[in-house]
Amino acid sequence: MNDDCFMYGNDHQVQVLQAMKTMELYADLMETAQKEVNKSNFKLTDLQTSIELMFNDKGRNGTLKNAIYKYICIHAAKHSEVPIDHLKDPISYVFKAQQSWEKKIMKSLNSMCTELNVPLARQRTEKEQKEFSQMWTALGADGPDFSQIRPVYAPKDFLEVVTSLNNVNYRSANNNGFNLWGIIQIPLKNRTMDELRIQFNEMSINQWQSGMDDEQDIFQEIFHDDRIKLGQKVIASKLAPLACEFTKKGSSISLRGDLWCQMLGIKIDDVDVLYYEKLKSNVLQHELLIDNLLYKDVKLTATNDDHYFVFEDFLYQVLLPFSRDTVVLRNLLENSTATPARSFIRGKVGMEHFEVYYPPSGVIPFHGFAMYVSPLCYLYKEPIKLYYVFRELYMCYFFRLHVLSTDPQGILSLSQLFETLLQTHEAELFYHLKSVNCQPLKIAFKWLMRAFSGFLASDQVLILWDRILAFNSLEILSVLAVAIFTFRKTNLMKVQTYSAAEGVLADLTTLQVLPLIQLSLFCK
Amino acid sequence: MAKLRYACDQDKSVLMNNFEARGWIQVNPEDDFNFYWANVQNIRNIFSIESGYRLSDDQFINHFPNHMELTRKDLMVKNIKRYRKDLEKEGSPLAEKDENGRFVHLDFIPQTFMLPSDYNLFVEEFRKNPNTTWIMKPCGKARGIGIFLVNKLSQLKKWSRDGKTNVFTPPTAKETYVISKYIDNPLLIGGKKFDLRLYVLVTSFKPLKCYMYKLGFCRFCTVKYNANVNELDNMFVHLTNVSIQKQGEDYNSIHGGKWTVQNLRLFLEGTRGKEIADKLFDEINWLTVHSLKAVSGCISNDRHCFECYGYDIIIDDNLKPWLIEVNASPSLTATTSSDRIMKYKLISDVINIVIPPGELPDVRWSRIPAKENLGSFDILYDEELAQADILTQEIKSRVGQATGTRGARDSKRTTSTWK
Ligand SMILES: Nc1ncnc2c1ncn2[C@@H]1O[C@H](COP(=O)(O)OP(=O)(O)O)[C@@H](O)[C@H]1O
Ligand SMILES: [Mg+2]
Repeated sequence: MNDDCFMYGNDHQVQVLQAMKTMELYADLMETAQKEVNKSNFKLTDLQTSIELMFNDKGRNGTLKNAIYKYICIHAAKHSEVPIDHLKDPISYVFKAQQSWEKKIMKSLNSMCTELNVPLARQRTEKEQKEFSQMWTALGADGPDFSQIRPVYAPKDFLEVVTSLNNVNYRSANNNGFNLWGIIQIPLKNRTMDELRIQFNEMSINQWQSGMDDEQDIFQEIFHDDRIKLGQKVIASKLAPLACEFTKKGSSISLRGDLWCQMLGIKIDDVDVLYYEKLKSNVLQHELLIDNLLYKDVKLTATNDDHYFVFEDFLYQVLLPFSRDTVVLRNLLENSTATPARSFIRGKVGMEHFEVYYPPSGVIPFHGFAMYVSPLCYLYKEPIKLYYVFRELYMCYFFRLHVLSTDPQGILSLSQLFETLLQTHEAELFYHLKSVNCQPLKIAFKWLMRAFSGFLASDQVLILWDRILAFNSLEILSVLAVAIFTFRKTNLMKVQTYSAAEGVLADLTTLQVLPLIQLSLFCK
Repeated sequence: MAKLRYACDQDKSVLMNNFEARGWIQVNPEDDFNFYWANVQNIRNIFSIESGYRLSDDQFINHFPNHMELTRKDLMVKNIKRYRKDLEKEGSPLAEKDENGRFVHLDFIPQTFMLPSDYNLFVEEFRKNPNTTWIMKPCGKARGIGIFLVNKLSQLKKWSRDGKTNVFTPPTAKETYVISKYIDNPLLIGGKKFDLRLYVLVTSFKPLKCYMYKLGFCRFCTVKYNANVNELDNMFVHLTNVSIQKQGEDYNSIHGGKWTVQNLRLFLEGTRGKEIADKLFDEINWLTVHSLKAVSGCISNDRHCFECYGYDIIIDDNLKPWLIEVNASPSLTATTSSDRIMKYKLISDVINIVIPPGELPDVRWSRIPAKENLGSFDILYDEELAQADILTQEIKSRVGQATGTRGARDSKRTTSTWK
């Protein structure tokens, strides 16, 4: 298991236990225990053995282990000693920046409402509901007109916010990873190349990897066959930590869908199906301005993309219900610095009781948001499964890519990690780019923010995301961004303008991520 | 190295850019060329007896004289039917049939009749299953022109009345039609029908030497599929030709409805598993090889010729591939930027297989390209190498028996088939 697990003392045991109490598993265990105790032949002296027996029963043991593992993973991903309340401390300038950014987005939403004369939310008439439900699987062709709608913000707007954080008068206390040339000037602690090497040890060159597109070679073939057999055993075990260990060397295409579910702890049951149906009926009942933003985003991104256009209609079936999902909101409130926008139900302005989060999920999509879902369409053809895998990925990882925080997995840290790595290992290149007025992060930021989706070829995005899940870390994104700069170095050294540099890095669809990451991590 | 002389009938940039990048010199087709990219009309003239044209050993040309045996809809069907019958007569295991009288291994084209000649046979078949839909296609046309769907005999009667088809003059290729069983259960992705456009290069029919291009693509309809009879005349639903779909209001010019076969494979393997995906692509290779074998006896195997065919294949919802037609001149017009890159590379890879880089054009060469010259082509089948394989295997097994050791698999050698 992960070393991080040992960082947790008694406090954490209590926390884990608290978290467990909200799980279905807990109720199930309690019920069984009750039954056991109520049996006439029950002896208090046997309590320990019978509880142990109960745990080992019917795969409960595995389920319990998975639940604890997941809890630890989510919290280890932050590997921060600072409690969340402290992060939300209003004197923290990062938190303040996040808040004013959220206000700005909301303002721009409101002005869009005024401009277009549409409400933030509106109940559909019975007739409209019926029509909408009929075209549910064909929203791409029959959806509403949204020519007036424009994305609320794009990666480059968010980058402006990120860079404006420099103004704070602060000198880094620790000289570890001091970011001399970059544009992120915040005291964050980043990993060094050596630490990353240890963290991503399983990806090193002397180890076979799935997803390498090498020449057809007999040894390669044997390796792939063996991997598939091993992978099937891992899936049969149903254990999340095993799936992670396995996937550190990549999953094979045909096992990926199952392995990801296993790592994310997704098992779709009747309750999940019902819950999705409920979200869907919320979509049918109410139309949100957010829906138009989502449509527009799909139309501007996936619909025009030669890898994803065939999946257009699946994306609506995921994104629209997602915006109604309050589980997402709860996660944001508990695990991030985000304080999602609130609004009042019509006619009740100012009455606290009628204040609601807008949208219910708390997520206002940016230009490119649909790209978080698109690659998953290569793994799941049922919208419900697609939905839950996306939701879980979002709640574990993607929200960190568009929320300002000091989280080591957050966009600020990843940006800074990119800059410090590039500065340390490609100093000449960084210096050259900087001298022609081309800050590398200005190009790499959108890659990081979208987790490379829509930039790399679809198979390569999946290979990359394999590693995010397996190592439970987004840091691989920064590593890859550096690797791409290294790989195109010769041409980048020749550029004299920002747009020329952009040109060199415009098309990433021919890149193979594994050799690049290896190049960056292990060949220096 | 001497500069080669090329002639070209088509002013297509993917062709011209290739020739120019190689520094070749353009000449007229009448002059001494080394490499001629001709259109199908001119091919007919060159190889006609009247022209008295003789090609020399350093001249290559991009069509076989009677490629029509494969690339005209009616002839292809005729040849495949004959091929199966011949195998059956020989008692070949390939010609095995199931209890319904269907070929187990060679049932890869939809049931087809020629019109007007097979009209009575067709009517007989139609009456057996009156609720099936059929597709009428003129033999001499392409790009979806003149195609329509039929589910009532009356529609055919109307067609024959309206047409000029006359009992006293035999119909020309333009007036003859094939009528095929319409595959009404195509595999849908995102609710839409698509077909595959695969490129297959043949450098020799006897022995058969053919190559499959890895970068083929799926062509998607712009409108959701709907088997409803009311939609039978909506060509945006049923015909996947780019030239048709381009007219639709939902046509997207950025991707042009084209999705790479590699992405199709990623999707199928990811959502249905490796075995199923492997099986489908194996079957596609299988049907391609047998469609070529079916005509290898009747195509005149001129040493100066090679041909890059465009295969149209539909996959049904049981993941069975069906051969729809073979094109002699697949479109080289690029509709999108990735299309341009792909087609440029296609032509480049074709040239490298036909004239190995660094060598002078010579029709007598071995036609066994080095692995590094295959580009994005895979060997689909090389009859010569396959026979050599069988021979070495026999020798090996005899030697093996004699010495009691098993022969290790040799991984370096060029393989003779895709498997
Ligand atoms: N038997 C069939 N079943 C289903 N669709 C077909 C069938 N035959 C043709 N089509 C559709 O019609 C299109 C055109 O047919 P094709 O035989 O390729 O003629 P063309 O020479 O005009 O391209 C195909 O690409 C395919 O989409
Ligand atoms: Mg065709």
